[in-house]
Amino acid sequence: MEIKDKIVPLLQEQFPETNFEVTDFRGDLKIKFDASLIVPVGNFLKQHDELKFNMCEDVTAVDWATKKKRFTIIYHIYSLENKFRLRLACDVEENHPHIESVVPVWKSANWYERETYDMYGIKFDNHPDLRRMYMPEEYEYYPLRKEYPLMGIPGDLTLPKK
Amino acid sequence: MEKLTKDDVHPSIVKALLDQETNITFEDALENEMILNMGPQHPATHGVLRVLLRLDGETIVAAVPDLGYLHRGYEKMAENMSFYEFIPHTDRLDYISPPANNTAFCLAVEKLYGIEAPLRAQYIRMIMTELARITSHLVAVGSLAMDVGALTVFLWCLREREKVLNSYDIICGARFTTSYTRIGGVAADMPDEAIVIIKDFIAQFEEKLDEAERLLNTNRIFVERLEGVGVISGEEAINMGLTGPNLRGSGIDHDLRRANPYMLYDQMDFKVPVYNEGDSLARYFVRADELRESCKIILQCLDKMPKGEIMLNSPKKVLPRKTEIYTKMEELIHDFMIVNFGVKPPVGDIYSAVENPKGELGFYIVSKGEGHPWKMKIRSPSFCNLQSLGGLIKGHMISDVVAIIGSLDPVMGEADK
Repeated sequence: MEIKDKIVPLLQEQFPETNFEVTDFRGDLKIKFDASLIVPVGNFLKQHDELKFNMCEDVTAVDWATKKKRFTIIYHIYSLENKFRLRLACDVEENHPHIESVVPVWKSANWYERETYDMYGIKFDNHPDLRRMYMPEEYEYYPLRKEYPLMGIPGDLTLPKK
Repeated sequence: MEKLTKDDVHPSIVKALLDQETNITFEDALENEMILNMGPQHPATHGVLRVLLRLDGETIVAAVPDLGYLHRGYEKMAENMSFYEFIPHTDRLDYISPPANNTAFCLAVEKLYGIEAPLRAQYIRMIMTELARITSHLVAVGSLAMDVGALTVFLWCLREREKVLNSYDIICGARFTTSYTRIGGVAADMPDEAIVIIKDFIAQFEEKLDEAERLLNTNRIFVERLEGVGVISGEEAINMGLTGPNLRGSGIDHDLRRANPYMLYDQMDFKVPVYNEGDSLARYFVRADELRESCKIILQCLDKMPKGEIMLNSPKKVLPRKTEIYTKMEELIHDFMIVNFGVKPPVGDIYSAVENPKGELGFYIVSKGEGHPWKMKIRSPSFCNLQSLGGLIKGHMISDVVAIIGSLDPVMGEADK
């Protein structure tokens, strides 16, 4: 059996009450589930003897610009042993967007989550060092949100004093 | 270096530096630990990387990299332009190896569209990617040597790189920002003249590389400054998300060209160099060996490359040829639609990753069926590799910092996007 066909049944077995929404587009497997389960699911995928998704390659978010379920957090994880990449997705709401940090599972998520926080303003709970990645610390906007204009907001960056 | 005052360092960065201990002062450096600001303007940081170092004497207790000095907001810009318009911007990501970025981006868009470039175009792309790998590793090896004081090798490496850039010039008309690939193929065919130049270059390159390696590998100063410096174990390297030569320097045999072959890498015969030591010297050895493997791949590509089309013939998805636009109505309409509104891909999201010289370069594209991406995330290898910097330089001396940064080989254009 291919690794691709194994993942969803194994997950369903471990988390019987969760609804896993599976899409397969152009060969990319994407699994969408409830945001509160990201850490247990991550731990399971990483520690399972067959799956071993030991590398977190990327964490990012998508802003759908909708009233409900405005953001989707996207995780790309890779299994070096199976040479397979999996995409996890979790929806979060616009009002106080937050999700549990996966740094305890994959250390490398540290900077990716900081970048996502910087660009979308999504808080990662229990992140060890949640600071802005690119923008200055006192910057009050989140540039990759859809309401942020392409040209930027004039006067939003204070120039350093001479 | 200018003296820092407390106002120059943001409180949150100070907090990250301090961990739990609070024994720190900005004055009276001899008595206490001290914070030293390195960069963003520093010749050894390969661009505009800023690192704040917390020092006890000359030993580094903690280090916090601070990014964002070259942040141009490419992901925001990508959401507001068509896929074609973004190709030139990929040059400016990892500006040491533009053709590799072009190829990575076009492969991602082609995956979204569900098309594939013709055979000859794929061979040309592979040749260009491997040439880019050669230029990138030459700069990496050269500047690493320069950072630890061996200036000669840097000049030799750049001299070799010039020859590759000359071949770029003939192939696509630009030496540096190539913008060579198109969606569904490449911009221009590879002329025979360029093939001669590439073959000549490879014929003499081995010897030049041996010469440079003799100068480095037998140089006690070079070896001793790198050996055992910045050690990262294989498991830790995976944890920190290292990719590319940095991961292979830690004994993990992972190369996307082998693991998930794209283009025609599954038909190529090449070795993936792996070293187990995990120190800066191992990372240098991996790069030096990869230079030779890249030459092998190029020679195989040149042998196998068939004659034929270089652009896919798919009028609704790929830009038509210029001569046809001027003479045929249908092509003119397609050209107008593609240039003005972009090509409409199916709704969905894809992630496509390739093995770039620096590591895994991935594009995550979310499409809502419009001519421009709804979201595009660039997963840049330098950004992820830099994440391990803080842990690597902890416990070393100040002078080792430049060696470790050089051995990680970050490019800030890519790390800051």
